[in-house]
Amino acid sequence: MSSSQGKLKPSSSELDLDRPNIEDYLPSGASIHEPHGKLHLRDLLDISPILTEAAGAIVDDSFTRCFKSNPPEPWNWNVYLFPLWCFGVVFRYMILFPLRALVLTIGWIIFLSCFIPVHFLLKGNDALRKKLERVLVELICSFFVASWTGVVKYHGPRPSMRPKQVFVANHTSMIDFIILEQMTAFAVIMQKHPGWVGLLQSTILESVGCIWFNRSEAKDREIVARKLRDHSQGADNNPLLIFPEGTCVNNQYSVMFKKGAFELGCTVCPVAIKYNKIFVDAFWNSRKQSFTMHLLQLMTSWAVVCDVWYLEPQNLRPGETPIEFAERVRDIISVRAGLKKVPWDGYLKYSRPSPKHRERKQQSFAESVLRRLEEK
Amino acid sequence: MGNSSSMLTQYDIEEVQEHSQRLFSQHEIVSLYERFCQLDRNAKGFISADELLSVPEFAMNLLSQRLLKMVDGLNFKDFVAFLSGFSAKASVQQKIKLIFKVYDSDGNGKVSFNDILEVLRDLSGSFISDSQREQVLTQLLKEAGYSKDTYLTLDDFIKILGSSGLRMEVEVPVD
Repeated sequence: MSSSQGKLKPSSSELDLDRPNIEDYLPSGASIHEPHGKLHLRDLLDISPILTEAAGAIVDDSFTRCFKSNPPEPWNWNVYLFPLWCFGVVFRYMILFPLRALVLTIGWIIFLSCFIPVHFLLKGNDALRKKLERVLVELICSFFVASWTGVVKYHGPRPSMRPKQVFVANHTSMIDFIILEQMTAFAVIMQKHPGWVGLLQSTILESVGCIWFNRSEAKDREIVARKLRDHSQGADNNPLLIFPEGTCVNNQYSVMFKKGAFELGCTVCPVAIKYNKIFVDAFWNSRKQSFTMHLLQLMTSWAVVCDVWYLEPQNLRPGETPIEFAERVRDIISVRAGLKKVPWDGYLKYSRPSPKHRERKQQSFAESVLRRLEEK
Repeated sequence: MGNSSSMLTQYDIEEVQEHSQRLFSQHEIVSLYERFCQLDRNAKGFISADELLSVPEFAMNLLSQRLLKMVDGLNFKDFVAFLSGFSAKASVQQKIKLIFKVYDSDGNGKVSFNDILEVLRDLSGSFISDSQREQVLTQLLKEAGYSKDTYLTLDDFIKILGSSGLRMEVEVPVD
């Protein structure tokens, strides 16, 4: 996930097909000002609308806002509050953190001492092995959640194992997955990570069913789409959890949903996750922190408080395209979790917008000039 | 200037204000500094082209390459000075001066026929042919009383654009 150091490259055209026309959503100075009348030199030279748009983007833009961490507000200190805060820091780092690390270690010991035997000894008896592994994964996730003193309130009916059903949720951090997994053992689709996380992914998560993708591979999308379809059709596969935003967003905004989860011919069950910022900002800013640092930050804060809503399952309506379906579900989740919607593709974090947008603008400018030239 | 820390002193703010002709309030300068630090990811003290292009709204703009040349490598003081033309308090003259600078890419104080053609090429791309662009520009220049070989100065620009009620303002979000 440290692709922030690499140079951005132009996005492949395949990524375009995922989203509706951005121009429909963006306030565009150049298109609002309806030029008419005979063309004069001043009209040709007046580039002020375009410059205004560019300067507006330099000064503030809705895309960067989605990935802004919100550090906790510093307290107003005085004689009484400063020692209290210091005490809080000492308590969190010296008492809470070791306790939590201990809990996590115990959890791992229990988990591994059960998982390894089950995994190897029950090789023949698949159904039982899968069932036990599911329970164990839910267990270790609960230990993780306890290690940040996670206070999670679940609303709505618990997900059940049914074929032709996928779950989609908004994405703030990798801990989203852990929080949902402690309640139900989902199968998940993830970017393969380096380091210890990758190791965990290839060993433990394989047991609940995982699909890997690689953002930088253009052809990868078709392979992944096929794997998704195969998985969702299988009756004894764990229900699939997908984060259609494709990247971590800061829990105040939602970026466009990729349509992959919405064209599988399955029921889509939306899940909304909202973290309470008072205790900690759970957004994992992968450009700024590694996952290990992020976890340590969580383990040294007071608590991770969040709400999870399991919302009403949705189906593709007749005459609705997968993109419209994705937008509709994004709407449902954003309303429930109090997120503002922005018309951007999350992958723009890693690649540049396609030249198609510029070409459209150039075409509109060219047409307007040629048209007005004819007018008298 | 605090390029590694994110704290601006009062002295810094006033210095930046002076440098940008007092077109921004102190609150706006603080906001712009936050934005500058947000875009300058590794606290180098300037924003690189790559970092600016990671703002999709900017990357999609037709004049982004031209503006990049003007903004790339600027420190905060010059960054604010550049943006000051977009302040609501800036005069029409200051705004036209900014537009002139965008056209005058070699900075020699004169805008040639070719300079204008290049901007037009950025704006219309492959949807108008080069010869058609030349034709249109020559015609419009003639109608306004200039020839193809005239070099337009800032005063010419003020004359041409000054009367059209130019609007070029950007609001700096202040918390």
